[in-house]
Amino acid sequence: MRRGAAALWGTLGVLAVILLWEAYKFLGPAEGVVVGADGSTGSGVMILPRTNDRAMPHVWDMVARLFQSTSGGDTPPLIVPVVTAALTTLGIAAVGWLIGVLVGTLFGLMMQRWKLVEWGILPWIVVSQTVPLIAFAPVVNSLGLQIDRGGFPWPQWLSVAVISSYLAFFPVAVGVLRGLDAPDRIHEDLMRTYAAGYWQTLLHLRLPAAVPHLLPALRLAAANAVVGAVVAEVSIGMRGGIGRMLIQLAGQASSDPAAPWGPTFGTIALGLVAAGSVALLGLALKNYRRGEATA
Amino acid sequence: MRHSTRRGLAAVATAAIASLALAACSAPSSDDSGSSEDFEPLTSIKLQLQWLPQAQFAGYYVAADQGFFEEEGFDSVEIVPSGGDIVPQDALVAGDVDFAVAWVPKVLGTLEATGVELTDIAQVFQKSGTLQVSWADSGIESVADFEGKRIGSWGYGNEWEIFAAMAAEDLDSTSVSITTQDFSMNALLDRDVDAAQAMTYNEWAQILEVVNPATGELYQPEDFNVISYEDTEGAMLQDAIWADTARLADDPAYADAAVRFLEAVIKGWVFARDNPEEAASITYDAAINAEAAFPVGPVHQLWQMNEVNKLIWAGGDFGLIDSAAWDKTVAGALAAVNQDGLNLITTEPAASAYSNDYIQQALDALAEEGVEVGGEYTPIEVTLTEGGQ
Repeated sequence: MRRGAAALWGTLGVLAVILLWEAYKFLGPAEGVVVGADGSTGSGVMILPRTNDRAMPHVWDMVARLFQSTSGGDTPPLIVPVVTAALTTLGIAAVGWLIGVLVGTLFGLMMQRWKLVEWGILPWIVVSQTVPLIAFAPVVNSLGLQIDRGGFPWPQWLSVAVISSYLAFFPVAVGVLRGLDAPDRIHEDLMRTYAAGYWQTLLHLRLPAAVPHLLPALRLAAANAVVGAVVAEVSIGMRGGIGRMLIQLAGQASSDPAAPWGPTFGTIALGLVAAGSVALLGLALKNYRRGEATA
Repeated sequence: MRHSTRRGLAAVATAAIASLALAACSAPSSDDSGSSEDFEPLTSIKLQLQWLPQAQFAGYYVAADQGFFEEEGFDSVEIVPSGGDIVPQDALVAGDVDFAVAWVPKVLGTLEATGVELTDIAQVFQKSGTLQVSWADSGIESVADFEGKRIGSWGYGNEWEIFAAMAAEDLDSTSVSITTQDFSMNALLDRDVDAAQAMTYNEWAQILEVVNPATGELYQPEDFNVISYEDTEGAMLQDAIWADTARLADDPAYADAAVRFLEAVIKGWVFARDNPEEAASITYDAAINAEAAFPVGPVHQLWQMNEVNKLIWAGGDFGLIDSAAWDKTVAGALAAVNQDGLNLITTEPAASAYSNDYIQQALDALAEEGVEVGGEYTPIEVTLTEGGQ
C-alpha cells in the first residue's frame, strides 16, 4: 500500500516537472527577459530564460531523440551510448565512493579515538572541500600521468576516481566522527564497567550506534562521488564517460538541440541509481536504524 | 604508455621479419633516404590528432583504410584522437607519439614557453579556415568594425588570429569585448555575441544546419556577414604535421620514417582530393567506430571534407611550407596581444621550427611514381540538412 503510494507520488513528480517545462515553454517569452540592458550586445542580466526550441526543446523531442541514431547512418540509437557512458561513469564513481568511504572512515575513527587528531585535522578536512574541483583535477591528472610514465600503470579513469573520492570522503569522515560519538554517556559507562576495551566498545556499541549517522553520510558520499566523477571527466577530458559525452554533444546544440539532453537524462538516472544503491545498503542495516535523522 | 610498450615488443618481434621483407621488396620509398641502410626502419608509429575523428583528418584515415601506410612499409600506424584531453605538441614532446597534427601558432607558443624543439615537416592546411560570423544586419563587415562589439572566441589558443588581425587594424584588444563562446553556435543565434568564431569546415556548417524560425527553412549564407581571417593580416597557418627536432637529427630511422609517413599521408590526401565522397565516408566510418567520438552525421562530414580540401589544395604542392605564409604567421603571433595584455610569443621561433626537407623528399618520390601531388581542388556541391544527419 505504502509502496504503491510512493510510486504514485514519484510519477506525479515527474509529470509535474514535464508540465512545468512545457507550460513555461508555451507561456514564456521566446527570447527571455533581460533587465539592465544598455542596448549593447550581451549586456544586462537575464532573469527569465529563453524558451525557443534551441534553449528548451519539447520533452517529446528530447525523448524521441534518444531513440534516433546517434550520428546518423547506421549508428545505434542515442540511448545506447548514453547507457554505456552512464555505466562507465557509475563504475568510476563507485570506485571513487569506495576510496572515499575507506579514507573517510579511517579519518573518522582516528578523530574519534584521539581528540588531538580531531582538533588537528578536522579544520583541514573542512578546508579541503573549499578547493575548487576544477583546480584540483588537473593536478591529480598530471600526477597520474607522471606515475604512468614512470612505469606504474595508472589509467586515466583512476585519476577520475581519486578526484571523485576527494568529494566523497568528506561527509563520511564527519558522519563517522559524529556517529561514533553518538552513544549515550550511560552506555559508554556501562561498557567501561564491563571492562570492555576500545575495540569491543567500538564493535558492540559505537558502530551500531553510528549507523543512523552513517547512512545519510554514505548517501551524500554517493551523490558527491557521481558529481565528482562527472566534473572530473569534463575537466581532465577523459573520454568514454557521461560527463565528456555531455560536452561533446553540447557542441552540436545549435543544429541538434535535443541531442545533449540524452546524456543529461543519463546523468540524472546515474544519480538516482547511485543514491538507490545506498538505500539498498540501508535495507540490510535496518535493525540499527532507530531514530535516524532523514537526510 | 602501456600500449606503446606492448606495441614496442610486438614491433621488435616483427621488426626482423619486416625489415628483411622490406629490404627484399625494396619499397620505392625506403631507399630514398640514403643508400647506407645502417638502421632498422621503423614499422610502427603513432600519430596524434588535435581533435576527435572527423573529415578534418580524412587524409590519415584514408591512408590507413586504403593501405597507403603498408605500401610505405609501416605495419601499424595508430591514429590517436584527442578530445581536448591531450595537447598534441605535449604528447609529442613527452614521446607518447611520433608525429602530431597541431596548429602552427599554438605550437609556437609552446616552443617559446617550454623551450622544447619541434619541427613543422608538412603544412597540411595552406590557408586559414577561421571565420568570424555575424548577422547580416550587424554592420560588421571587416575587422575594423569589431571596435566596441562583443566578439566570441573559443580561447585555448584559437583566439590569436583575432588579436593579430586586430593589431594589424591598430585595434587595441581592450577596445572590443572578447567573450568565450562554447562549441555550439547558440551565442550568435541568440545574439549574445555580435560575431562568433567559426571554422569553415565545422561551425559554419552547423549554423547552416539550423532551421530559421522566420522562414521554416535552414539558414542561408546570405543571412550572415562572414569575415575570413585568410583575407586579413591575422591569417595564421593551421593544421601542420610536427616531428621531434632532435630525433630527426640524431635518429636516421626516424627521419626515414618521417619521409615514408609523409608519402602515405600525401597519398591519403590526394585520394581525398580526387574522391571527396568516398574519403568522407571512410572517415565517417572510422569516427563512428572510434571510442566515444560521437561525430556529426555523414552530410556534415562531406561538407567538412569539401571545405578542408579547399584549404589544402591551394595551387602549390601538398604540404610545402610557404615561407611568406610562415613569416606572416610569426609576425601575427608577435603582434597579437590578448585581452589580458599577454603576447603569444615575444621572439622569433628557431630556424628549426619548420623544414621542407622531408616533405620535398616525399613529394619527389611520389612525383616519380606519377602521382599528381599539387594542383587545385574542384569543389563539389554539398547540400546541408537539418542537424547534418
